[in-house]
Amino acid sequence: MRAYLPAYEMVVPRTLGEALGLLREGAGVWRPFAGGTDLMVLLEAGRLEQRKFFSIRHLSELRGVGESDGVVRVGALTTYADVRRSELLGRLFPMLGQAARETGGIAIQNRGTVGGNIANASPAADTPPALLAYDAEVELVSADGARRVPYAEFHTGYKQTVMRADELIAAVLLPKPPEGAQHFYRKVGTRRAQAISKVCFAAVASVEGESLAEVRVALGSVAPVVLRCRRTEELLRGRALDEETLRAAVEEIGREVTPIDDVRSTARYRTRVAQNLLREFLSEL
Amino acid sequence: MSSDKNIGKSVPRKEGRAKVTGAARYVDDLRLPGMLHGVTVRSPVARGRITNIHFGEGIPWDEFTVVTARDVPGANYVALILNDQPYLADAVVNHAEEPVLLLAHPDKYLLEEARRAVRIEIEPLPAVFNIEESLEPKEVVWGEDNVFKTFLVEKGNVDEVWNSPDVIIIEGEYRTGAQEQLYIETNGVIAEANSEAGVVVRGSMQCPYYVHKALVKLFDLPEDKIRVIQTETGGGFGGKEEYPSMIAGHAALLAWKSGRPVKMIYDRAEDMVATTKRHPSRTRHRTAVTRDGKLVGMEIDFVVDGGAYATLSSVVLSRGTIHAAGPYNCPNVRIRSRAVATNLPPHGAFRGFGAPQSIFALERQLDKVAAAVNLSPEELRRRNFITKGETTATGQVIREDVDLDGILDRAFELTDYQARRERFARENAGARVKRGIGFASFMHGAGFTGSGEKYLQSIVGCEATAEGQLRVLAASTEIGQGTKTVFAQIAADALGIDYDSVEVVQPDTADVPNSGPTVASRTTMIVGKLVETAALQIKETLKGAGLVGDTFTQDEWTRACAEYINTHGPLKTHVQYQQPGDIEWDDEHYRGDAYGAYAWAVYVAEVSVDTLTYEARVEDFVAVQEVGRVIHPILAAGQIEGGVAQGIGWALYENVVWRDGRMSNGQMTNYIIPTSADIPPIRVHFFENPYAGGPGGAKGIGELPMDGPAPAILNAIEQATGVAFDHVPLTPEAVMDALEAAAVAST
Amino acid sequence: MSEVTGKTSVRCHVNGVEVTLNAYPFARLLDVLREELDLTGTKEGCGEGECGACSVLIDGELVNSCLVPAAQVQGADIRTVEGVADGERLHAIQRAMVECGGAQCGICTPGMVLAAVNLLNRTPQPSEADIREGLAGNLCRCTGYMKIFDAVVQAVKER
Repeated sequence: MRAYLPAYEMVVPRTLGEALGLLREGAGVWRPFAGGTDLMVLLEAGRLEQRKFFSIRHLSELRGVGESDGVVRVGALTTYADVRRSELLGRLFPMLGQAARETGGIAIQNRGTVGGNIANASPAADTPPALLAYDAEVELVSADGARRVPYAEFHTGYKQTVMRADELIAAVLLPKPPEGAQHFYRKVGTRRAQAISKVCFAAVASVEGESLAEVRVALGSVAPVVLRCRRTEELLRGRALDEETLRAAVEEIGREVTPIDDVRSTARYRTRVAQNLLREFLSEL
Repeated sequence: MSSDKNIGKSVPRKEGRAKVTGAARYVDDLRLPGMLHGVTVRSPVARGRITNIHFGEGIPWDEFTVVTARDVPGANYVALILNDQPYLADAVVNHAEEPVLLLAHPDKYLLEEARRAVRIEIEPLPAVFNIEESLEPKEVVWGEDNVFKTFLVEKGNVDEVWNSPDVIIIEGEYRTGAQEQLYIETNGVIAEANSEAGVVVRGSMQCPYYVHKALVKLFDLPEDKIRVIQTETGGGFGGKEEYPSMIAGHAALLAWKSGRPVKMIYDRAEDMVATTKRHPSRTRHRTAVTRDGKLVGMEIDFVVDGGAYATLSSVVLSRGTIHAAGPYNCPNVRIRSRAVATNLPPHGAFRGFGAPQSIFALERQLDKVAAAVNLSPEELRRRNFITKGETTATGQVIREDVDLDGILDRAFELTDYQARRERFARENAGARVKRGIGFASFMHGAGFTGSGEKYLQSIVGCEATAEGQLRVLAASTEIGQGTKTVFAQIAADALGIDYDSVEVVQPDTADVPNSGPTVASRTTMIVGKLVETAALQIKETLKGAGLVGDTFTQDEWTRACAEYINTHGPLKTHVQYQQPGDIEWDDEHYRGDAYGAYAWAVYVAEVSVDTLTYEARVEDFVAVQEVGRVIHPILAAGQIEGGVAQGIGWALYENVVWRDGRMSNGQMTNYIIPTSADIPPIRVHFFENPYAGGPGGAKGIGELPMDGPAPAILNAIEQATGVAFDHVPLTPEAVMDALEAAAVAST
Repeated sequence: MSEVTGKTSVRCHVNGVEVTLNAYPFARLLDVLREELDLTGTKEGCGEGECGACSVLIDGELVNSCLVPAAQVQGADIRTVEGVADGERLHAIQRAMVECGGAQCGICTPGMVLAAVNLLNRTPQPSEADIREGLAGNLCRCTGYMKIFDAVVQAVKER
């Protein structure tokens, strides 16, 4: 443990209102702390710069899965274990269950939360590509009220988001996917379990007749943010799935990603695997 | 009466209960009154001159104990072989993370603030980071030519075979990467030290007497003023062979200066970046084979990267050299080997100790040789397997029965090798996931190389108490492999007493004699034999006193012990290793009996390679070996399975990423070892062929399983992909590059 | 140097006993158990939630205690490896780990025992895939996992 512990503070607000009040004390004075699976790693390494936190883990109104008006609401504090257990999510959004199952081991899944995964804003996170492919919205709350932001617009750069300093993620909202939609999720990690993604691919599509009616493709670990591949989608939408289309789409997604070399993989590998997975996804439709 | 009540049976592990209940105490679980915590401040650069050490503001420095090279009371080197590695860098640094300064304080959190506040200013010097740069030499960074050690093994005359019209010549070059031992318990010690009482160190280690020897020099104290106690040790695999001498010295220096006990425990990040790893290697092969598949000439150039200081590199090189030509009968062999210096942290011992590196190269090369003469990999090997009466590369005549054909048969039968190989060849063409099966055949010598055991002169003691408890006294450590259990089985059966009445004493240099280091697959075979002999001497003593006959019951044993001690005093014996008369070794020419005994093995791996993601995965694994007598089937199988898992890691996952001589993935998150989801079913089969020199007929097995997996896996991947890969770790990125290059080449 | 905050008082149950801990709010549960309560069976292997050596159960859920700050265990019910056996009587998985050779060096064993307890609590008849997945957050460098799988299978049979 390399951190100087006496410098770190954590308070436990009794209510969501109290928590939101803390966020108003000034930009970045207090920051929320949920499952801690990312923040505690920074603390251990002596690299956690923020010093004052408030715990939100116990705020039960921010946890759980529900449905109303054709939209499924996943509370920000819903853990990966909760996601895996949710029959509703498993039925409508199977890629979320797959992502949760492939995030860390059981002990991480019991602590890590959907909201924390988004707030941490890592491009290598496992759930965000699925959320992008499902066209999710993020509900942000502050003492002033709530607002909704399309998740596709949430991340603005590496570890940067549209959240204001006084806001907290309350929930993720998921419109039901089209009837008969096909879901394709594949995490390519450094090993079978407990791995950080080298490439994470999530896509949803529905086919009408010979052509693609709707298609959404998202990737993790191939850009500074989790990437919704809109140009590739544009190219595919309404097109027949012939070899020419496949080849054009594979080329386009190769241009759309901007991966880097790092300790886990290479840019070339990430690009090529993204292309291979897109081809596989389209071939299976 | 030497019974077989325990040997060959899976008796309960001695310290098993303590381990599953959390009662077992490892060094970090101990606290001494008034104890300080200690940390090391390390060099941020690979090579340079220290110009200044700056102590930052805001830290109450007067509360801290600060130790530099100037505070060393004796010799500032880690006594081992060449004594070139300083405890604390003085004036120059030769690798990143080299220790420069030590700090101690009661508050471990404040200590980390202080560590961050120290800035070591260094004027950088040119550095070398790999074997090529060192051999060139891009810069001389050690001695006159960067070479720590060379060996030359010559058998027959290999120069005469190359021009023969009857041979085909095959060349190849193979590389292996560094590998972190990644014991789950990091290095750690607690030291107490003062000029009157001397130095006492408790800690996680494999070799208490290595630490003892190093501290004698560091403090310039008589041997009896240094006491080293091994605590429960959470894995070693070689990683706690020499490094504990370093951390023990550091903690003891802080304790010496502060006058208080000092605990020093590395966190994972420090343990990974600063401590030893497996030597990276490069092996070049030139092989001459007749058209009908007889090996007639092998020229092997084997180089290992030793890092910045000599440490154990010469010995690692030795084992790698001797194993480089494998279990084959080839009349003409030349093996030239070198251990070279780079400005990486020193590489050190890791299970297999050089042999996995050179065996990897050979077993890949032989598949290439087989293809060149249109033989199957197994047929080529069968035509060259060494048998009784034939000689190894060092000219050692094999005197025991060796049946590598039988081992190969069994391994193939267990995996249905032929049928699978044929099926994969048929089905791979259009498949997205391609499959392959491959194998490696190899041997591993047990015990120290050559005259090593003779020089070691290991001693083991046995002492019986009046209550009939037999205490085994040895410095050989329990590090998870089962030393305590196996010694107790051996001693119990030598005497014919109950397993529960044998206690294997926790190694403490104040109590136990020097039975040598816990390395080199020597503990069961060499030290175990001494345990057996010492136990038998106790029996002879009791017989001589007329207290027992040839056989006796547990009650008779207990009464005899009580009576003997009552009449004659302590019932205790010590025995020392005597080299068997038929072992001969010429250290100068590297010829003769390199090892007292070898274990023999064939390992088969089945793999899949996903052409979408280029991930190779081991789907099935069979390990068949002849290891003399198996003392404890469950422990023995556990050794094999654990070694195979480490071998799979080395082959496919464990990639040390170096940047300017520093490990840049020094976290468990980014240095990838296999999880329970990554390991295939591992099936282990033992052939037993009792070895007269081992206790109950046992040979050493600890390192053996590290040798076979990597070449077997890459041989299988060659079948799956058609690409002959020549290096490990073989990452998906490398598989992709090669498959793309092959695709381009074929169009 | 940084600004300093004080320690905080945390009440919780550990192995069925109510305790009041005095700790920095960000002290890792791992350190608090080991240093305040001398429950040293819980081990540190990596400090970043990767190896599982520090696994404990909080309110019946498996967690990595190195990732849990003390301030978050107020009122929690914590079980460590010291609380798995029923007095002198070992839990089935503990017995099986000894008998099947699932513990070698023993440093991952406490975490492995708790991961297995958690698995058996939730999936009383686990398949091989369940076992592999249930233990995948607990790294072992000694065994190659085979003997640990054997132990889980044996514990299932015994129960």
